[in-house]
Amino acid sequence: MIRLRGSSLPGEIEALSGQRVFDCNQCAKCTAGCPMSFAMDIQPNQMIRLVQLGQADRLLRSKAIWLCSSCETCAARCPMSVSVAEVVDALRQLSRERGMADRSTGAPQFHQAFLDSVARHGRAHELEAIGVYKAKTRRFFDDIGLGIRMFRQGKLSLLPHRIQDRDVIRRIIRQSSGSSKT
Amino acid sequence: MPAYSYFPGCSLSGTSKEYGASTVEVCRALGIELTELEDWNCCGATSGHSASREVADALGARNVLLATDMGLDLVAPCAACYNRTKRAANVLAEGDAARKQRIAELLGRPVREPVRVLHLLEVFSHEEVAERLGGRAMQPLPVSKVAAYYGCLLVRPPKETGFDDPENPQTMDRLLRLCGLETCDWYFKNECCGASHSIPQSSVVLTLVDRIIRNARAAGAEWIVTACPLCQVNLDTRQQVALGEEPLPVLYITQVLGLALGLSPKSLGVPEQLMIPRVPAGAAGGGR
Ligand code: SF4
Ligand code: SF4
Repeated sequence: MIRLRGSSLPGEIEALSGQRVFDCNQCAKCTAGCPMSFAMDIQPNQMIRLVQLGQADRLLRSKAIWLCSSCETCAARCPMSVSVAEVVDALRQLSRERGMADRSTGAPQFHQAFLDSVARHGRAHELEAIGVYKAKTRRFFDDIGLGIRMFRQGKLSLLPHRIQDRDVIRRIIRQSSGSSKT
Repeated sequence: MPAYSYFPGCSLSGTSKEYGASTVEVCRALGIELTELEDWNCCGATSGHSASREVADALGARNVLLATDMGLDLVAPCAACYNRTKRAANVLAEGDAARKQRIAELLGRPVREPVRVLHLLEVFSHEEVAERLGGRAMQPLPVSKVAAYYGCLLVRPPKETGFDDPENPQTMDRLLRLCGLETCDWYFKNECCGASHSIPQSSVVLTLVDRIIRNARAAGAEWIVTACPLCQVNLDTRQQVALGEEPLPVLYITQVLGLALGLSPKSLGVPEQLMIPRVPAGAAGGGR
């Protein structure tokens, strides 16, 4: 396959994801089975094409990379063994590192709040992660009823479960999760 | 007696504590010995691999190595924990040297050949356990037909999880039939419910959940049965119920197995109202 010159994006994505993006032949089977395609601004097969073409800006600012649900249907069905899911992960990483993540989806803020909580305690503390997420997105009143019901059932604990070895977890998350620009 | 190290994961000690409780109860009843990993950490779930492959590798590998130090194969009941943990074990077993080296650096410990990572359903399908289950007299259940819902992370990507047939898995169906239940043939057993977006994108998720619930109802399901805490919470709480319709209950496989084994609904976290047999739609003269 001919490699297109003039862009480092395909190389970067291949290095981060381990996927051979130039193997994609645009059959669009990934898009056909994608449960989130109806809500995406760029379809899964188009994402791979844009990576091949080095269109970093369009991809890294897209909503689609944050709307992917990581269901892996594309990866399971691609006849060329390309995983869009893993390419999307690499795009998310670059998008956050470059401060280009689309915040209107709420997903970058949610992931950040979740990981910050894990970095602090070694385990996820749902109440804290959701609280921080709501503060960042100002979506204070979403799911209030649901939250209260779960709290009453004893499913949302007030205090985090802390692990002993949490320094290691903090190091993992802080050293290699890009930035907290979200 | 089969013995495993046990990774409950964050959900089973919080938002899905009934899955945790019913897992422990059923394993006890079947003579499966579980020893909880000491000081386990969160697998990072979708947020972990969305940050970077390194984060996902290292968070997963730490738990795998804890189990490896114990010398016991690791079992996870949460499909997300299972997926991330098994993928980390695959990296430790056959990943390239640089990737393993980075894990060792981040964890500050040497890596080693890992033990196996199993989902709880694979443990129940273990020959010895399946025999024990098959030999038990099962208690009658209040419903007769259920839909086994597998979702995404058990079966995909197949080259990482290697769990059953990714397009038409049967592992859970077989267990449910052992409980005397009929299982539905339906189209959405491995379709995504969007759980990873349940909070930030709840409106999109309503669409995905609705398709799954409607297809299960059309196939005649009286309950949906899952083996994933994220799916259960999402299908249960994001379900839209039309006027005059009853919500479709979503139970864990361990709750159903436990009931069939004669354990008390309370110890399994099964709401009492689900134990009242419903009048089958056919009995009233109408079809479905
Ligand atoms: S299914 Fe594979 S080959 Fe086909 S368009 Fe998608 S990524 Fe490309
Ligand atoms: S992993 Fe993402 S891109 Fe692939 S099918 Fe699922 S939602 Fe679509």
